Order: sequence, then structure tokens, then C-alpha cells
Amino acid sequence: MKSALSPSGKSAPVLRPKRGGLWSCIVRDRQLYYMLIPVLVFYFLFVYMPFYGVQIAFKDYNLFLGIHDSKWIGFDHFVEFFTGPYFWQTLRNTFLISLYGLIFGFPITILFALSVNEVRNKKYKSFVQTASYIPYFVSSVVVASLVVNFLSPSYGIINRIIELFGGESKYFMIMPEYFRGIYTIMGIWHSMGFNSIVFLAALSGIDAQLYEAATIDGAGKLKQILHVTLPGIMPTVVVMLILRIGQMMSLGYETIILLYQPATYETADIISSYVYRQGIVGADYGYATAVDLFNSVISCILVVTANKISNKVSDMGIW
Amino acid sequence: MQLSTGEKIYKVVNNILLFIVALVMLYPFIYVLAVSLSDVVAVSQGRVWLFPIGFNLSAYERIFSQPILWVAYGNSLFILVVGTLLSVFLTILAAYPLSKKRLRGRTFFTFIIALTLWIKVPMIPFYLNMQNLHLDNSLIGYIVAFAISAFYVVILKTYFQSIPESLEESAKLDGASDFQILWRIMAPLAVPSILTIALYYAVDKWNGYFWAMTLLKDERFTTLQVYLKKLVVEMNVTEEMNALGDLGNIIPETFIYATIVVAVIPMMIIYPFVQKFLIKGMMVGAVKG
Repeated sequence: MKSALSPSGKSAPVLRPKRGGLWSCIVRDRQLYYMLIPVLVFYFLFVYMPFYGVQIAFKDYNLFLGIHDSKWIGFDHFVEFFTGPYFWQTLRNTFLISLYGLIFGFPITILFALSVNEVRNKKYKSFVQTASYIPYFVSSVVVASLVVNFLSPSYGIINRIIELFGGESKYFMIMPEYFRGIYTIMGIWHSMGFNSIVFLAALSGIDAQLYEAATIDGAGKLKQILHVTLPGIMPTVVVMLILRIGQMMSLGYETIILLYQPATYETADIISSYVYRQGIVGADYGYATAVDLFNSVISCILVVTANKISNKVSDMGIW
Repeated sequence: MQLSTGEKIYKVVNNILLFIVALVMLYPFIYVLAVSLSDVVAVSQGRVWLFPIGFNLSAYERIFSQPILWVAYGNSLFILVVGTLLSVFLTILAAYPLSKKRLRGRTFFTFIIALTLWIKVPMIPFYLNMQNLHLDNSLIGYIVAFAISAFYVVILKTYFQSIPESLEESAKLDGASDFQILWRIMAPLAVPSILTIALYYAVDKWNGYFWAMTLLKDERFTTLQVYLKKLVVEMNVTEEMNALGDLGNIIPETFIYATIVVAVIPMMIIYPFVQKFLIKGMMVGAVKG
């Protein structure tokens, strides 16, 4: 934007495209194109070649024939998935695990941001923020290791606490009824602090004069929150909520496959972890690609729709 | 300003609640550190809660006595350093030309790069492609295949666009080439942004495990995260035995916790810088929308 405003009338010929001369523009900017060459090679090799390979979703993929020469079989893999026992289970789990994250994780993040925003002591505020961001920077393997070890039936600290209060220790990780709860709590611990940053930014953007005016009008703390703070961050909340809904089907498998076990598949196995198991572990490449493609199409529709809505609500979107 | 009693109570309660939150966030780290430094007997009796009891480093001695841990650490550091350098270099090369409005075909190139922001590269074809290119089971292959993230290209591109065009114009009049302008003028000006994306990349590279596990099958290429993952999965087996009543060997606990500490330390060293650059960057990004 700034460049369009710069008053550079005199030196314009150096940079503005000459009218009509496409070739001369390319020659003039050749070094910029040289810079892009390695980048385009990267995208060709590691992004567009895999996209080309997606066709094996419609093929009977044979390792020796390769992607191009394998036989077309139409929608057989999709039919197999839709009629198989895993379709509803993985779809339901993907949806529910995302939904739990949304219902519990989203409001708690906003509440946390609101609380932090109320702290007047700068040092205390930055201590709380620093502490809450730390979990975000440890890897999913470490987080999963913490969960597994803390919940261990023999030495896990959670079970020790349960025993202190007279309860009985449980092997939580093999009990399907606990998986989604554990995953949701882990997710909140892992990313609540970091996700609150965007709300804190929105909170700091609220005009201080509004609070002064509210105080002069006799509004107490609660009324200020209700009538100044909440309306102030509402646009951000709405946009983040829409984006989160858009990402519901793109739930990551990385942490799931670290935590689930055959015993908990019925509540833990999501579409992408199923793709991993069928494709990379089971080497059923064509079928796994088809399942993945189904998931991508659904999440793509969701993301695009969410973004359209978010662009309408305000001008914040991913693109 | 006079606070009413209700407001005072609210303030105190709020501060206490936030203290509990901070504690919940930090306690797992404190606990893991305490256990990893404690005596095996105290751990097995469940006496360790906050501070190490019977301070000793035997767990660390044991993990560092395995050659595989050094291999894993070396690989992870290699991926961190070389990977981040390559990523930053390529991201600059992508971001700078795309920040120039005069570039013919800019929309097309931007589209090619930004497409991955909303369509993920499919897992299985990517995996097969790496095999076809013979880049699986190679540290360099792993580094190269994940060199560019479109998101960071966009961040850096936005920054380059905010640098006044007049700087480039005067350099051009002095006869500087685009390469010279980028490396002598623009890149030095963009150092804070470049550092921010370097930290993003570094965190991603250190923490990534899935593709390292999937692509780097040879034990020589084990990374620290993959090693830790194997350790915990293997411990699940012993744990099942323990659940059945065999409480014989409790050493695995201190052993795992010490490994976790070792795996987390580099991130904790980077963290203050992350705090400074990354979060400020996030804030600015969020405010600008």
C-alpha cells in the first residue's frame, strides 16, 4: 500500500512497467525471476508432484507400475470407505473431538484473555502470560509423553492424587470413555495461552476513552466488561469462531496417533489417523489417498465457506 | 481511583485464579524436572511432588551413556541449524520478488505458493513422492522437503512491502542490481522479521516428529522426538505389566522424565527470544488483521 503512495514521480521509469513491453519487463526484472527459480523448483517437487499423485485415489495403485500406469478403478475406494465400518466412526470422532475443543477450549481462551487484561500489575501480567505461552513451544511428543506418564496407573501423578483422596487408580489411556476428555484438556493446556494472544491484541486495541466515559457515567467493573470490553472484542471473537468452525475437519493426527491405542479406537480414531494407519502403516496407498481426499474436500469446503462468511463479517480472513 | 469492595474482591479473585492457571501451565515442567533429579526410591514411594528428593544425576548419566541419544541429539541439532538456515534463505528468495508490484506474473506466482495455505499437501502421495525421489531416509532430503512454509513467506512478503520503495529506487539509480538491493539493503532492514520467521522455523523443526518418524526409518537418522516417542511407546508395554501388579522396576519413570527434560531444554533456551520477537510479531499481525 505504501509504495503506491510514495511520491516518486521522477524516478518512476526505473520501476514502473513500460507499457506494452512484457519482454522488456521480464528482462529488466530477470534477477527477481532468478530468485524465484529455487522456490518454484521446491513447489514443483514437494507440492505439485504430490498433488499429481492424488489420482491414485481413483486407481488400483501398483508399486511397480507407478502412479501413471496403474489401472483406473473409478470410485471403488470411496465406495469401500463409505460402506465400511470405519466411515461413521472416524467421521463422528473427527467431528466430536473438534467440537469438544470448540465448546470448551474456545470460551476458556477468551475468559483467560479477559482475566489477563484486567491485571494492572505489569510484572504479574507478564509472568502469567509467559507461563501460559510455554506449553505451546514444547513438541506434541513431549506433551503426549507427559499425558501418558501422568496418567500411568502405577506411578502417574494424577492417579496418585486420586488415591490420596481415596479413589482408585485407573488406566485411563485404555479406557475409550476418557479419551476425548483427556485430549481436550491436553489441547487447552497446550495452546490456550498462545491462542489468547489474538484476543489480548484485540483487547489492547479498545479505546481507553471508552472506559473513562463509562466510569464517569457510573459504570462498575462488571458493566464496563459487558458494555465496553465485550463489544470491543466481539468482531475478533466472531471471526476466530468462524475460522475455528472452518477448521473442524482438518483436525491433526499427530497427537492422536501418539495417544490412541487399539483399545480406544472407537472414540479416538479420526479420519486422518485412519489414513495414516491404512496408508503408511498398512501400505494400502490408493485407499488411504481416497479417504484423505474425501477429508480434504470436506475441510476445503468448510474453510472456504468459513472464510467467505468471515470476510463478510469483517475484513479479517486467512487470505 | 476509588475501588468499591466488590471490585477489590473481584481483583483479588482474578489474580488468584490467574496464579492457579500459571501454576497449572508450569507445574508439569517442575514436576518432571524434580522427578528426573530424584532418587529412585523416593520416586517409587511417590514422595516427590515439587522438589527433587535425594538429589542425583543417575538418570541423566544413564541416558547420556547410550550412543543412540547422542545420535538423536546430533540429528535434531543438524536439522535445526541447517534446516532453519535453508528455510530462511529460501523464504527470503520467495518473499522478496513477490513483494514487488511491478513483477509480471506476480499474482500467478503468489497463487502457486499460497495455495498450500488452504489445501494441505496430501499425506500418502507426498510419502510416495519422497520414495520416488529417493529422498526418504536422508537428512538432507527431509530438510529440503520441508524447506518452505507458505505462511512465513506471506509474513515476510508483507514486511518487505512496508519498506518504502524510494530506497530501492535510489539504489537502482546508483546502478545496484536486484540481488545487491536484496542482500545489501532490504534483508538488513528486515532483520527483525527474518529473525521472527527463523524462530518459527526453528521451533517447528525441533518439535516436528511425524515426518521424521515416517521418512527417516534408518536408526542412524533417529531424531530426538522420534527417540522419545519410541521410548514412551515402549514404556506403555512395561506399564501394562505394571498395571497387572508387577511393580518391580520403577527406573523407567526417572529415565523418561530425564529424556523429556533433555528434549525440552533447547526450546527453553530459545524461549526468551521467542517471547520477545514471536509474540510481538503475532500481536502486530493480529492488530493489522
